[in-house]
Formats: sequence, C-alpha cells, structure tokens
Amino acid sequence: MGLRKTNEKGILGWFDQRLPVMDMWNDHMAKYYAPSNFNFWYFFGSLALLVLVNQLLTGVWLTMHYKPDAAQAFGLVEYIMRDVPWGWLIRYLHTTGASAFFIVVYLHMFRGLMYGSYKKPRELIWTFGMIIYVALMAEAFMGYVLPWGNMSFWGAKVITQLFGTIPWIGDVLLEGIRGDYNISDATLNRFFALHVVAVPIVLLILVFLHIAALHSVGSNNPDGIEIKDYKDENGIPKDGIPFHPYYSVKDIFGIGMFLIIFLGIVFLKPDMGGLFLEHDNFNIANPGSTPEHIKPVWYFTPFFAILKVVPNPFGGMIVMFSAIIALFLLPWVDRSEVKSIRYRLLPFKLALTAFVTSFVVLGYLGMVSWGPGEKLLAQALTGVYFLYFVFLFVYTKNEKHKPIPERLTH
Amino acid sequence: MTDKVNESRRNLLIATSVVGAIGAGFAAVPFIKSWMPSERAKAAGGVVKANVSKLESGQKLQVKWRGQPIFIVKRDKVLLDTLSNHDDRLKDAKSEKSIQPDFAKNIYRSQKEELLVMVGICTHLGCSPKVYPEIVPQAFDSDWQGGFYCPCHGSTFDISGRVYNGSPAGTNMVIPPYVYVDENNLIIGTDKLEGGA
Amino acid sequence: MKNLILIVTLLLSANVFANSDGAHLEPAQTNIRSKESLQNGAKYFMNYCSGCHSLQYQRYNRMAKDLGLTKDEVKENLIFTDAKFPEHMTNTMDNAQVEEKEWFHKAFPKDLTLIAKARGVDWLYNYLKSFYKDSSRPIGWNNTIFTGASMPNVLWELQGIQEAKFEEHEDEHGIVTHTFKGFKKVTEGTMSEEEFDNTVRDIVNFLDYTAEPAQLIRMGMAPWVLFFLVIFTMLAYLLKKNYFKDIH
Repeated sequence: MGLRKTNEKGILGWFDQRLPVMDMWNDHMAKYYAPSNFNFWYFFGSLALLVLVNQLLTGVWLTMHYKPDAAQAFGLVEYIMRDVPWGWLIRYLHTTGASAFFIVVYLHMFRGLMYGSYKKPRELIWTFGMIIYVALMAEAFMGYVLPWGNMSFWGAKVITQLFGTIPWIGDVLLEGIRGDYNISDATLNRFFALHVVAVPIVLLILVFLHIAALHSVGSNNPDGIEIKDYKDENGIPKDGIPFHPYYSVKDIFGIGMFLIIFLGIVFLKPDMGGLFLEHDNFNIANPGSTPEHIKPVWYFTPFFAILKVVPNPFGGMIVMFSAIIALFLLPWVDRSEVKSIRYRLLPFKLALTAFVTSFVVLGYLGMVSWGPGEKLLAQALTGVYFLYFVFLFVYTKNEKHKPIPERLTH
Repeated sequence: MTDKVNESRRNLLIATSVVGAIGAGFAAVPFIKSWMPSERAKAAGGVVKANVSKLESGQKLQVKWRGQPIFIVKRDKVLLDTLSNHDDRLKDAKSEKSIQPDFAKNIYRSQKEELLVMVGICTHLGCSPKVYPEIVPQAFDSDWQGGFYCPCHGSTFDISGRVYNGSPAGTNMVIPPYVYVDENNLIIGTDKLEGGA
Repeated sequence: MKNLILIVTLLLSANVFANSDGAHLEPAQTNIRSKESLQNGAKYFMNYCSGCHSLQYQRYNRMAKDLGLTKDEVKENLIFTDAKFPEHMTNTMDNAQVEEKEWFHKAFPKDLTLIAKARGVDWLYNYLKSFYKDSSRPIGWNNTIFTGASMPNVLWELQGIQEAKFEEHEDEHGIVTHTFKGFKKVTEGTMSEEEFDNTVRDIVNFLDYTAEPAQLIRMGMAPWVLFFLVIFTMLAYLLKKNYFKDIH
C-alpha cells in the first residue's frame, strides 16, 4: 500500500509508516554509539544548542515589540525594559545569551583543538563549525546595531568602513552595505532583516549539517582513538554507549549547571560591569559624538586587536580575516597521526598554551587603549597566534608522541 | 541492573521530570505574560474626557476610547418618549443580555436621561452604525422612531442602542463606564472620579 | 570540576577589566534598596534638575509604585508640568525652544534616565560634588570631573561655593600641565558637608533607579531562581550517577 514497514504500534506506528521516526530516533539517539569517556569538555555542544534555542525564542519575542526605525529603536528597547510585562527579562536573556553563546562556542572549539576533533575523518564537521562561527559573528555584530546606541552606531561605522578599504570596489561596496552615505536608518532596517530572518535560517541549516556530519562518522573522544575500530559481534563499538539515555541524561545535568551560572548572571549582573552591555550604548546613536574608546563587544576583541596591529586599514582587514581563515585550515595544517593532546609531547602542549594565551591576552588588548607597550605586546602576540599554525605544519610532519592506546581509557 | 537500582532510577526520573516540568512552567510565564497590554497601552487606554456643553438634541459627539468610537448623543423629550412605546419590537427591551454599567440598565441606558454614552460598534460584526435621530420614515423602517442604523448588514437600534427584532445583531449596543465631573463634562472609561488618571 | 572552577573564576574576574579607567573616583556607596534615599533623591531631582533635564523613559506611576509613594504624593510634590500620572517624566522644554535659548549654546541638557548606566554612579556622585567657581568661563562654573562642563552648579546654595587649587608643572619640553590639588570652600552653603554628600548620594541613587527600575525586581528574584536550579541540578546529577552505574 506504499506504507513503510514498522514494528511499532498505535500512533507511533502510524507515524512510523509515513515518516522514518524510529529510524531517526535510533540513528541519532537510542542507537547512536558515542565514546564512553566523554568528559567536561563534551558538554559544550549541547549547551551551544540550548543557547541557540534561547536566542531564537527570546529574539522572536523581542521582535514583537521592537521596530527597526532609527527614530524609535533606542526608545523601544527602553519600552521593552520598562513597559512590556517581563520585557526586561526577555531582553537580558537575549543579551546574556549572546555572550554565553560565544563563551560556550569558544570552549567547544578549544575542545576540538585539544583532542584533534578537526582531524580526519572529521574535517567537514570542523569546516561547518567554522562557518557557523563566522555566521555567528555576523549575527552578533548586526544584533548589536539594533538597539541603536552610540556604540551600535560607531561600531557599525568602523566595521563597515573596513569593506570600504578594498581596492577598486570599496566605495561602491560600502554604500551598498550601508544603503546610504553613512550608517543610517537604511542600515538599521536591513541589519534587522538579516539578523532576524536570513542569518538564523543559515545558522539552523549549518547546525543541522554540522550534527549530520558528526553522526555520519561518529564522535571523537579525549583519547582521540576511533571506537569504531573495535566492534563486538553485533557491530556495536565496544567502547561506545548509546547516546540516549546516557548522554541525554548527562547533558540535562550539564544544562542545570550551565543555567545556574547563566541565570545567575541574568538576574544578578546582566551588564557584567559593561562587558555584556557596554556603557556607551546607554547613550543614543549620535553621528556627531564619537565615543572615547570605540571597541567591539568582548567576543570580537582578539580580532580587533589584530586589526589594530597593522597600520594600513586594508592590510589590517586582510590580516584579521587571515586569523579566522587560518583556523579553517587546521585539519590540513596539523598533519600528525595522533589526535589527542593526551598523547602528544611537551612542544605541542606549549604551543597550544601559547596560542590560547595569545588569543586571550589579545582579547584584553582589544578592550583597552594603547600606548607603545600595548602596541608592542599586541604585535608580538599576533605573531604568536599565526606562528601556532606554522609550528603545527612543521612540527607535525613526523611528530613523536606517546604510545596511543588501543582502547579507551577512563 | 538490580531491582534497587531500577526503582531508584524510576524515582529519580520522576523527581527530576517533575521538578523540570515545574521549571519549564515558571520559564513559560514571562513569555506568555509579555503578550498582555504594556504600560504604554494601559496609559493610552486610560480615560477620555468629553465636553458636551454645545451638544443639541439629535446631535452626536464622537470620542475615541481604547481605540473604539464612543457616541455621545443628546436626546430631547420627544426622543426620550419614544423609548417606552416599542418594547414589542425589541429583542432585549430590559437590557438583560447586553453589557452596560448598573446605572444604565433601564430604558434610557444612561446615567442622565438626556445624554446617551455608548460604544459606537454594532454588536453583529463590528461596523460603526450611523445615527438617524429624526422621527421620520426611513427606507429600512417605515415606522422609524429615531435611533441607529448599521449599513453593513442592516441592524437597527433605538435611540438608547437597543436592538430591534429582525436585526442580524443579537444584543443591545455596549454602554461603557463613565462618570460626570460636572454638568458639561464627562470622563469615559471609569465609573469613579479620580479612579483612572 | 577544576575546569569549571577555572572558567567561572575567569568569568568573574572579567569585572576587573570592566571598570573604567580615568581619574580616581570616590565611591558613591548608594543603596538602591533604601526607599527613603530614593524618595529624597526624587525630591531633589525634581526640584533642582528637572527644570532642564528630562527623564523621558521613566513614568510617574512606575516611580510611585517602586518608591512607595501614593498617586497624590506624586501629583502634589513631584509633577511640575501638566503631565498625567501614567505619563513619562518629560519636561516642558522642546527642541524648538532650546534652539532659541541662547544660553544653552551647543550643549543641550541631556535626558538623564540612563545616565547612571552610561557614566556610572561613582562618576555622577563625584561630578555633582566637584563644581568650582571659575570666572574664566561664561557660566562662571567649571568642574574637575568634567572639564569645561556647560552646566552650572545648580546645587550651589546647598553646597556653598568652592574654589579649585591647581599646581602647575612644566616638563622638559615646555609643556605645562595643571594638577588638581583640592577644593577650598569660600562661601558656606545651607548644608553641612555630610548633609550635602548624603543629598548628592540620594540624587545619584535615584538616577541609578531610573536607569533600570527592573533591578529591584530581578535582584529579589535571584535567590529563588538559583535555589530552584540548584535543587533541579542536584536531582539531575543523582539521575546521571544512577545511569552511569551501568557503565563502569
């Protein structure tokens, strides 16, 4: 009769005859075998998904009251904070969520760096993840413009200006992005459309692909060995456990811990002293009054520091984008046969530490104004940042390492 | 898996699920409540003042309250006298099914006889009726006693807003809360002085 | 576990970077929970500041509710325009009037609803206390926290009049800098220094409130939310441990 075959009864059976719900449930949850040694660093994928849902939900709710009109936007944010019942909470969930998204994503990426999760056969998962990261940065940048505060305006001015530095097409491109000769109502309106509709759709598609690619090859683990190499007589990895119920339950606990910190911040310190909600953005956008220090929100500051290191604006933009592109190349730059830091030697550990330290300190430098000392440090750290990739390419050709175990360790 | 583990697992599952569901319930409250009228809407939906000093009989003054048209119609003795002579032609002569403040549950449907204060929206499907204050035969009623006619589907109401038989509308038009500040000034939207603004 | 502690510590230490650089500011030490202070601040704000500065995002009725004032108390003592109780605390000046009024020159008195978040309570507290007599300026006043401020010292009757002492330094390049050394009171005000400090503290406290009325609500809810989450997370942890008995 054209119906699918099913072993299920009742309503579930009715669905399963028309849509492969049981197959999907099994392939991705009940019979998706994940390594049994997932540790703390493996919480951040599901947490990223949680924060994505938070941003979508609170975001839609905010658009019920907000209008992307330069004359009204700033006032409407205050309307939401004061006049809309519980509007203040929805707004804080969204702003804290934006920062939480980046904290979670950075920790998620760091896990990848530690355990070689970007290496074969997971290059595509890493690539999708990197595209998600770039899309996320675009999303956050445009979202920050929407309250139409003074930092919204001037941040938008500075960053869009970068595109104006591209030779030949720069001027036209700049006008095309802004929709006007300066950041204006036209810019605000299109950023709203992109932030609420276009980029979220792109993000959702990418997250789907990211997880699909993961489930196709199977998860990595802290030991960096492939559990599919050792299967039992039923074809089930000996070191694997079904994602559901073990990791679904464990992730619920992870969500609980995360919510304590996240909601603690939302209710106690949503401004985070000016880091999550910048002081200057409590002044309305004013084309005639530049803030004392134009700086992006904290999650962009490492790249902002790298941008400032190069005196030429176009050159700075190239170097800044190269810093992101370098990350895309990791699966091919790291040529070692060993995946996990657990079995790599001191040079790698030092290099990774140096890389992370450079990123964090560059982040700090991106927030403060520079004297000659800061400039020198930023230049040095930018060097360290790029050197990590050079180091990997050279060092990993015939990398010596500790003996890699056959089976998972716990 | 031992029975003990089994039982404790079931209990923990139930406990965690129940607490989780309660949490989800709490989390849903702000999202749902945010749909209710905001302070801005409440402030704008506050009371409206009207001055009737220049109103003549048969004349209608219209003000806006909560986005709705409010008809204020002056009625002289001739018009008021029509209100007791056509109960058999009305669906709800005593205003038992319609919405009005207690003081308006009478044939005048008002606080002071001569002034009708009424929400100018037909109780059928929401169009705004027109006032026909003259006691002359009309195309829609050869025995017209003065009142309101709704052009959308032909409902007719008397000069107190009570619906005539044969109208698509089922109930008398709504009377809002209002209060007199003095002889010439009303506040619509509250039945207490100093209750709203 | 140690990773978690490390991350949370890093997060909290973000505070260190968060506080602004700049001149040393005496802490305002405001107490947002003191209704008495907020009411006093509202009173002084309306009497001394609202003539020029609006609070365009703050409604009177919200202020009444949060500060524990009745509608009549607000209408009689705090509304100086023909505004209605549910309306915003705007003032009578509009842009057209401002353009005509010469004494504002290019500096229009800002709306102050959010100033406590834009500048910080400490900055505001010090600013209001740091006006000094300066005959070189058209308005006759200057301010050590905001040099060249276009605002006169509206509180001078309460504070009195002070002068500022500067020390000149000339460095090897011939560049002259002035270092602020301290104030000297030349005329007494109607308030003692302590009274004045408390009054300024109350005004700044009130502005801290107007910048975010919701802070009163969210701070009160925080313990309950966290308590609930701790209970939930503990249960989730026990559940996880139970399931993972299966594994090892």
